[in-house]
Amino acid sequence: MAAIEMKNIVKQYGDGFPAVNDVSLDIADGEFMILVGPSGCGKSTLLRMIVGLEDITSGDMLIGGKRVNDLAPRDRNLSMVFQNYALYPHMTVYENIAFPLRLSKTPDDEVRRRVTEASDVLELKDHLERKPANLSGGQRQRVAMGRAIVRQAEAFLFDEPLSNLDAKLRGQMRTEISRLQRRLGITTVYVTHDQTEAMTLGDRVCVLRKGKIQQVASPRELYEQPVNLFVAGFIGSPPMNFLPAVPKGNRLETPFGDIEIDPARAGKLAGHDLLMVGIRPESFEDATLVEESKRHLGSTFRARVDVTEWLGDSQFAYIPYEAPEAITTQLRDLSRELDAEDLRTQAIVSIDSTSRMREGREAEFWLDSRKVHVFDPETGENLTRDAEAGAELTRLATQDRVEQVEESQQRASADGGQRDGGRRGGATAVGSA
Amino acid sequence: MRFLFRPPAAEATGLLALPWNEPLEQWDPDLLLEVPQRGISRHVVRFVASGSHVFALKEINERLARHEYALLSQFEEEGLPTVSVLGICVDRPAAQEAILVTRYLEYSMSYRWLFSSPRAGHSAEQLLDTMVELLVRLHLAGVFWGDCSLSNTLFRPDAGALAAYLVDAETVERHRSLSPGQRAYDVDLARERVGAELLDLRFGGLLPEGIDPIEVAEGLPPRYAALWDEVTHEQVFGVEEQQWRLTERLRRLNDLGFDVGEVELITSAEGARLRVETRVAEPGQHRRELLRLTGLEVQERQARRLLNDIVAFRAHLEQKTGRPVAESLAAQRWLAEVYQPVVEAIPRELAGRLAPAEVFHEVLEHRWFLSEKARRDVGTAEAARSYFATVLPQTPAEVTTPSVRAGLSPDA
Repeated sequence: MAAIEMKNIVKQYGDGFPAVNDVSLDIADGEFMILVGPSGCGKSTLLRMIVGLEDITSGDMLIGGKRVNDLAPRDRNLSMVFQNYALYPHMTVYENIAFPLRLSKTPDDEVRRRVTEASDVLELKDHLERKPANLSGGQRQRVAMGRAIVRQAEAFLFDEPLSNLDAKLRGQMRTEISRLQRRLGITTVYVTHDQTEAMTLGDRVCVLRKGKIQQVASPRELYEQPVNLFVAGFIGSPPMNFLPAVPKGNRLETPFGDIEIDPARAGKLAGHDLLMVGIRPESFEDATLVEESKRHLGSTFRARVDVTEWLGDSQFAYIPYEAPEAITTQLRDLSRELDAEDLRTQAIVSIDSTSRMREGREAEFWLDSRKVHVFDPETGENLTRDAEAGAELTRLATQDRVEQVEESQQRASADGGQRDGGRRGGATAVGSA
Repeated sequence: MRFLFRPPAAEATGLLALPWNEPLEQWDPDLLLEVPQRGISRHVVRFVASGSHVFALKEINERLARHEYALLSQFEEEGLPTVSVLGICVDRPAAQEAILVTRYLEYSMSYRWLFSSPRAGHSAEQLLDTMVELLVRLHLAGVFWGDCSLSNTLFRPDAGALAAYLVDAETVERHRSLSPGQRAYDVDLARERVGAELLDLRFGGLLPEGIDPIEVAEGLPPRYAALWDEVTHEQVFGVEEQQWRLTERLRRLNDLGFDVGEVELITSAEGARLRVETRVAEPGQHRRELLRLTGLEVQERQARRLLNDIVAFRAHLEQKTGRPVAESLAAQRWLAEVYQPVVEAIPRELAGRLAPAEVFHEVLEHRWFLSEKARRDVGTAEAARSYFATVLPQTPAEVTTPSVRAGLSPDA
């Protein structure tokens, strides 16, 4: 296992187009890093440069401290997991996992040790003597993972591995990959365009746009302290709502009434005439259901509800609003870039599922003003981002990861000790038989 | 449901009556054709006959189906050795996967049969060479396979050798050209998969003694490297020898079955530097020539063999009549007097086991073998009779090409 460091990586194609533009990224040993972004952002190209499929135009790629720019893919000792795996019908599950080792002429003892270990981790121990035809879809995927494990690669790489699976298996595999990564504590780089996958799997997520890194942070930091409009709009489902806002002292004038923000944040907005305020759906509530003690932390406004969606445990309301041309143009560009369908001049707000709000009627909403962010519509920059608070969120996530890896490795070595004993016994038995 | 078919799609109209709304696995066996010589697949694959053709249907995720459909269409137009795609069926009810429809490659065989048949005259080496050649061809065209394996390749006997075709383009990526890393990765995947597939045959008791899966797999990368170097390397030589060096190189490439697109010769004080752009198309020089002369559509090596026979026949005619005979006339007479009689004499119960041109090639081989033994020319008719009685029956009935088994008449 190894750390992966990228220093000022550039990938330029023949026509001069920079698919990856000056990317510097450090992936710690044992970390689960997600590369995410809309199509054309450079995430797959970056992964391919790690693997060695694409030449690096300039910059340095280091794996385990060693520069690998000029190494062939095979010599980098990385494992692309699930890539179009095949299961071989005449081989047992054991042999289906073991064959990469057979091909590299690994001694039988070593093969047995590694396959046994991998099948423990994957809970395939009871199936080792079966033929793959008798396995479930999930078990088949785990056999593919077993092959990657026995190779003892420096890192696992995944390139949109779940995009061809049905929804149920996709969910299952997401959990499986996450659990496995923790148990093995193996450095993992995972490419996806799906922000839900990114948020649920990664220790840190690297958001890319047009070949450039926008932000590298824990999922929580991305969500709560996005660096710009792009990240704010990309992370979160349903997405953040963006409204036009005119700053007036400590207040923002918006289509949903005035929002008061604290003086420190208001200070950062000086000198701007027109801004964009970003509000997450869950920062809203049906005003009639807000506790009195909480009410003063936000503002209320009345608006006509276009549509409501009641989902049992939650409820969404859609509220259209008007926005000046400068803002709608920005929003249209943003949705196009994010491959989103709708032009966002309607807010999607989350309200309590008990709310009796009705479609087509006016209703009173409450809005938590503590969590809004304010963006410069020209540059997209988040003017109210609290970098320290963000860094703290990522620091906490890193701490969690280190602890989890240590724990799982302690557990594994405890299990391993027992198994070693058992195996020696087994070997003797075979020897004396 | 939606169907997308490439022209000429007229042959596909008969397919429309099939129960596309049902999962392939549940289709009535009466609608399907058993194809025992097929390879293994991750997907549900079924075969049907319609019109005079056999089609392979593969159930697969829509995104992949569209991707594969687009690429295979492109490859076919460029003359790359791949199966021919007919179309896709998407938007099937109950959120079922799409179905990709390809034309069955007549007289093709999967590696499973090539190794496990009692008549396995094809050595592992031959198989590997064919596969490496296919990979080099694809790489020259900027095609990254991503899943090069024996299962994803179909083999057709071609005048004693084999010709290989790509059958699965799910993982294929098309680039303007490939980086050394992409090529190396593809070769490495191929090495691993071929090794695993042969190991699997061994576990299944289907691999002949004497073939070591690991050794065969390890032979793949050096073979690939040698062929790649042969077709792409730049040569430097003295100006005075440039003419014969160039001729020698071009002849060598043609012998290997590659066409040359462009030749660049740069001369400087140190000598001449030769760069050849090797063309990626399916080898075709002899095929096209034979098609022009006789209307027969066969494979490249078969075509070379048949053309040689036409040349010999023409010489024989000229000798007999004592005056020159036009090439086209010789070819027409050869077709009617030599080739057709052999093909028409194939016993009905043995029809479809090998392509007619392959049968003809084998009859010529057999004639040579018999003549040598008898120390006289036994003639084609006698050779054919003996061949049908003793040699052809050794090709098992299971490999009979599906269209013949279905009572259709394939043109290949």
